[in-house]
Amino acid sequence: MALERDKLTAERALLTLGESELLELYRRMNLIRRFEDRTAEMYARGKITGFCHLYAGEEAVAVGAIFALYDKDYVVSTYREHGHCLAKGTPPRKVMAELFGKETGISHGRGGSMHLFDPNLRFMGGYAIVGGGLPLAVGLGLSIAYKEEPEVVCCFFGDGALPQGAFHESLNMASLWKLPVIFICENNFYGMGTLVQNAICQQELYRFAEPYKMPGVRVDGMDVLAVYQATMEATARAREGEGPSLIEAVTYRYRGHSMSDPAEYRSKREERIWQERDPIKTLRRRLVGERRVPESRLEAIEREVNAIIDDAVRYADESPEPALSDLMKNVYVENGGPQS
Amino acid sequence: MVGALSGNLAMEATYLKAINQALHEEMARDENVFVMGEDVAELGGAFKVTEGLLTAFGEERVIDTPISESLIVGAGVGAAVLGMRPVVEMQFADFISCGFDQIVNTAATLSYRHGGKASCPMVVRAPSGAGVHGALFHSQNPEAWFTRVPGLKVVAPATAYDAKGLLKSAIRDDNPVIYFEHKRLYRSIKEDLPDGDFTVPLGKAEVRREGRDLSIITYGGTLHQSLDAARIVEKEDGLSVEVLDLRTLLPLDREAILATARRTGKVLVVHEDRLTGGIGGEIAAIVADEAFDYLDGPVRRLAALDTHVPFAPPLEEFVLPNTNKIVEAIRNLAAY
Repeated sequence: MALERDKLTAERALLTLGESELLELYRRMNLIRRFEDRTAEMYARGKITGFCHLYAGEEAVAVGAIFALYDKDYVVSTYREHGHCLAKGTPPRKVMAELFGKETGISHGRGGSMHLFDPNLRFMGGYAIVGGGLPLAVGLGLSIAYKEEPEVVCCFFGDGALPQGAFHESLNMASLWKLPVIFICENNFYGMGTLVQNAICQQELYRFAEPYKMPGVRVDGMDVLAVYQATMEATARAREGEGPSLIEAVTYRYRGHSMSDPAEYRSKREERIWQERDPIKTLRRRLVGERRVPESRLEAIEREVNAIIDDAVRYADESPEPALSDLMKNVYVENGGPQS
Repeated sequence: MVGALSGNLAMEATYLKAINQALHEEMARDENVFVMGEDVAELGGAFKVTEGLLTAFGEERVIDTPISESLIVGAGVGAAVLGMRPVVEMQFADFISCGFDQIVNTAATLSYRHGGKASCPMVVRAPSGAGVHGALFHSQNPEAWFTRVPGLKVVAPATAYDAKGLLKSAIRDDNPVIYFEHKRLYRSIKEDLPDGDFTVPLGKAEVRREGRDLSIITYGGTLHQSLDAARIVEKEDGLSVEVLDLRTLLPLDREAILATARRTGKVLVVHEDRLTGGIGGEIAAIVADEAFDYLDGPVRRLAALDTHVPFAPPLEEFVLPNTNKIVEAIRNLAAY
């Protein structure tokens, strides 16, 4: 699956990035994987309820793309957004507590898994309507352009969003106005259970960039370095005022669409093939093989990450439920702007 | 700068001109205010509501968009969350259906989803209403799609003064506001507007006419027909009818609704939106629930018939409330 171009792109990133940066990529992907594994466990134990969509397998996309951003850049995401929120820097405690529906969660237990939001870190929300975040990303871009600020917006969505009108409306307008928005399509081949071939007439999704007159590239979404490099190129263009780009990151979700989906529409063989290309293992091989990082350093990172997530689970479990007396709070903001 | 273009003198203004003035003045007052929609810039809008804004404020702040309502609203939310104050236009309120998701899911829940850490100070202007032979897709009064959505505010001015004052308040409000402006009123009503800056508070109804025998509760396009009907029955039947103009539909001014119900003991709700599921049902329930002991008769509703707004003028007229129908409804209720 990996294209020749991806290999070259990844090689370029490998040469550009220092060891500490590469280890940070490794750390973030492990953090998300561990977070999602523990989330599944907590869901099975009834600690987390509702609709919950896990990101395991797709870590390279969020981590690679967001690593190419500055802290002040914006991220907009979907309902499968735990990974993006964590990659943007929200403490795992706050995310896990939100999944538990606790007052200490990032949305005070009002949003749950699908509606994470952390404006202080410029994570501008997960949107639980397919394609719903794209118009908002264009609006962020519009505001940035109006105020002549240097930031860019990175907007993630799945292959399922492409047939939505909002996708086409957004790409058209972002291109027409040359807004600094990077559209990142996480093509994991299934919109819930519907294979992309059965949903979209053009399966080379990056080619939707052509009618909207923006660069479109397909990258190996299982290779964090390829995603990083492609996003770097798109952000450079956006910051130069040359407008948006579309990146199709080809990836795979290891679990079903949501916790209630056993993914019986795909074969075990298919799942195995993708897991052999696991993004964490791939980076690990590179670090050990090509950069001579001792295994012990990587194991130390894994231990550190596990401790952070274990702490997040404990924190979420011990946190208080939201008070019923606060139910009506924040439906409206008082004039004078949002509370700090 | 404020008023430089809109004329700061006390002068007669149509309902349409009042909206235009409010946009001019608020854009001059706050550079975060901008206008976006289909043909709002070069053309000055389908109804000329935004005329002159492009010349005054430039294309960065008066933005023509493609016909993409979902995007227009959604981009408004994105800009609003970063502190801009977009006034986005749906060319006709009927087209708001294409931006519905972004209003009810994205905008309305923004503050709540985010624990009050973010706000969405956006106005969606929606020219609504029948009586202009627009037929099915250009005549609707879709306010009830939104009046049950927490997080939104919904206003429906009936006078030029309110059109201006409510729009200014809506723009300055930190929550998403849906602003229904009645197309039939654009050029059919005018009044002297006072000098300088004034606002009309959101959430406050206004007694337009005091009375003893019966209360009409109404808003928007049917206010004027209700006032006409009240004058007719005063002259011909000696009935004293109070008329309450809601002005804001979300949040409802419950105190004003209950006060007029308690004062007269008989309530007729009039609106141009359809009967079933219209806000009249909610008002009737509020009155029945909290002013039951004061009532001397049933709470009655007069609204558009439960069908589409047809094109053929006699059919359209038959579907909609009008002064004669209101007169008849007043007489029936007064005789109860």
